[in-house]
Amino acid sequence: MEFLQYFGGVFEPMAFLLLVGGTIGGLILGATPGLSPTMAVALLIPFTFQLTPVHGLILLGAAYTSTVAGGAVSAILLKIPGAPANIATALDGFEMAKKGEGAKALHVSFLASGIGGVIGVLLLIFLTPVLAEWALAFGPSHLFWMAILGVTVIGSLDSKSFVKGLLSGCIGLWLSMIGYDDIQGAERFIFHDALTGGIHIIAALIGIFAIPQVIEMFSKGRQSADVQVVTIQKQSFADSLKILFARKKALCIGTVTGSIIGLIPGVGGQIAGLLAYDQAKKFSADRDTFGTGNPTGVIAAESANNAMVGPSLVPLLTLSIPGSPTAAVLLGGLLIHGIFPGPDLFTNHPQVAWTFINSMLIGQILMVIFGLYIAGYAARVARIPPAIMAAAVLVLAVFGSYSVQQSMGDVYVMVSLGIGMYFLEKSGFSAAPLVLGLILGPIAEANFIQGSMIANATDGATQYFLTGTLNLFLIVLVILSIGYSFWSSRSSKVAS
Amino acid sequence: MKKLLKSLLVPAAIAAATVTGPVLAEGYPERPISVMVSYGAGGATDFQARIVTMVAGNEDQIGQPIVIINKPGAGGRVGWNWFATEAENDGYTLGAYNVPHFIAQSINGGVKYSTEEFEPIANWGSDPAVVVVGKDSPYNTINELLDFAKENPGKLTLSGAGLLVGHHIAALQIEKAIESKLAYIPTKGGGAAAMKAVIAGDVIGGINNLSDAFRASEAGSVKILAVADIQRNEEFLPDVPTLMEAGYDVDNSSVNFRGIMAPKGTPPEVIDMLAEKVPAMFENARIAKQMKAGGSPMKIMNRDEVLQMWSERQAYLTELLADLK
Repeated sequence: MEFLQYFGGVFEPMAFLLLVGGTIGGLILGATPGLSPTMAVALLIPFTFQLTPVHGLILLGAAYTSTVAGGAVSAILLKIPGAPANIATALDGFEMAKKGEGAKALHVSFLASGIGGVIGVLLLIFLTPVLAEWALAFGPSHLFWMAILGVTVIGSLDSKSFVKGLLSGCIGLWLSMIGYDDIQGAERFIFHDALTGGIHIIAALIGIFAIPQVIEMFSKGRQSADVQVVTIQKQSFADSLKILFARKKALCIGTVTGSIIGLIPGVGGQIAGLLAYDQAKKFSADRDTFGTGNPTGVIAAESANNAMVGPSLVPLLTLSIPGSPTAAVLLGGLLIHGIFPGPDLFTNHPQVAWTFINSMLIGQILMVIFGLYIAGYAARVARIPPAIMAAAVLVLAVFGSYSVQQSMGDVYVMVSLGIGMYFLEKSGFSAAPLVLGLILGPIAEANFIQGSMIANATDGATQYFLTGTLNLFLIVLVILSIGYSFWSSRSSKVAS
Repeated sequence: MKKLLKSLLVPAAIAAATVTGPVLAEGYPERPISVMVSYGAGGATDFQARIVTMVAGNEDQIGQPIVIINKPGAGGRVGWNWFATEAENDGYTLGAYNVPHFIAQSINGGVKYSTEEFEPIANWGSDPAVVVVGKDSPYNTINELLDFAKENPGKLTLSGAGLLVGHHIAALQIEKAIESKLAYIPTKGGGAAAMKAVIAGDVIGGINNLSDAFRASEAGSVKILAVADIQRNEEFLPDVPTLMEAGYDVDNSSVNFRGIMAPKGTPPEVIDMLAEKVPAMFENARIAKQMKAGGSPMKIMNRDEVLQMWSERQAYLTELLADLK
């Protein structure tokens, strides 16, 4: 309960001002397409040069927390996921916004984020030493099986067709191979300079999700007499809470998946949202309505991606190993103030460490308050006429993909993938499995190659990949997941 | 008509450029300068570049702020390719270099840069590679560890940040010195992922940055066995021997030097001005304090010293990497 005595630090005028500023700024940065939490935190680091370590970290912690949640805003209203964490949010959130339920989607999204986030930070406070060992337990072979487990989700993620889901996953895996391979030093499919560094995930996300709907809106033209005007439904806070608590199962699945997966260095944040979404779908009675605007999907995805924030800092704070790109940036922010994370961080700098963690806790709550406040206004976006909306989204898409690394190459990649995706969607393929392939490809490949290199120097590949409790456990999960997909596709055929 | 217009405009533009060229250098710098870092935000190079340029805007320094632009990808190749082919050489676009990375990559081929395309300005830091093992490792000295490698070729797994970076060069040098093979395991997530592999026991040992290894050893997660440099690091690791002291013919060729450079064709007056002001800026006390706080060893070198260091590395690495091809 040591953390309680440092709560005072969070409420000092300067600290609290930074916390509020960081939260609001983080929500805005997170809602801006192309600005991922990692970039938002990196952009803020120079500002902390002038602050005391405690204040600097409060700013960074607040920004990290709220950018992750802010990404849901553009995912829901514009179908542009701010980061890989928000992909699953867009699947049902955008459908809800189209029906005029944007405010409802934003409300449940922020509430679910807040609950998931608070539980994640509490885990960080109480279970850090236990969790640190768990984070280290994952070597290359386990990460490989984790990625394969993610791949098995691909088939069931697409509600329309199992085969087309797998095929889009394959396209995603292939896209992930493009670029210079850091481990073996091979150049793969680099036909243009813009592809040397591979396809940047943020640029790809913007293209794959936003561009097809822009083309769709343009193709309808301006003779919009028959375009029905969306009525924005008012949403009361009490009603949102009711929706949330009627879906406790999704909330639990999201929070548990997010916290467990968030711990694993190098994998966590990227796939927590999608895995939680898939699990919630499998365990739901009305799984056919997923993807058509079911708030359950938004709840699972958002509780997972915020639950991941706290645990993702465990390896950083205890072992000085940044488990995610954002944690790496935070490490820079700590070092710049002469604070070395490690097992004695909480004894050497308790003031800094606990105030930082407490600020994330309070930050989650502030994030929910401000998020709910803006939700009603933000949802009006859906009333903008399609022709204007299409132009605005296109501008944001170009701006977002360019700003990822100030490169026109990313803009070309974004546009080409977007146009490709438009035609794929026309022929019944969907975006989510493709993106999951793009994310998991490098994780599976790099860990397989590293694992084989280590295996060659030790007992051989069979021994390395197929023995050990954790390997076997993951393999069983993979088999169960594949089996489930087959079973459910067969039983739905029988039903129809 | 269009053609005619073009034929009139092109010579005019050339004339204008020649006339304004020297004038431009005279008022330099009249707007903020950008420095391209070919690694991601938050990485060691990015984070150090931000610190060493933070006082640039002061009147007694360069007089204009420096902004960092990240162009990460393919181990630095994306950024340096861009810098060699697309960066404006008007003095307003500078870049950060990492030696031996970019030199080793240019020797290995497939990139559009080499030491010929870049003009060094000044060096700010040097981060030697060190050999580490996990805290529970049975190996307590570098000799014990490398004896194992001698007796078991290809069995000593050592993680490092990637291919053709300082860690890889150090591994190649060790292989040459012990006349045996190591199992060098490059990672995708840079030095942090390589360090995680050592701490978690995925590999027997690792080659990593002195600064990161120092932190990990302070945290009690690793033992540092040797430094790949010509002298010990008195500031952070006075008790750790160099590989040379331990009896292995490994010099400082793998030391990660970081500094600022300009693209080829930048006006000489601008280069001279920067070559004078930038190393002086690195001397700033505030920078030294922040760098020390972050555990980042500084090494300030002027343009001539860097030119010499580059050409030494170029010659040595060409020879070392010849066997790899």
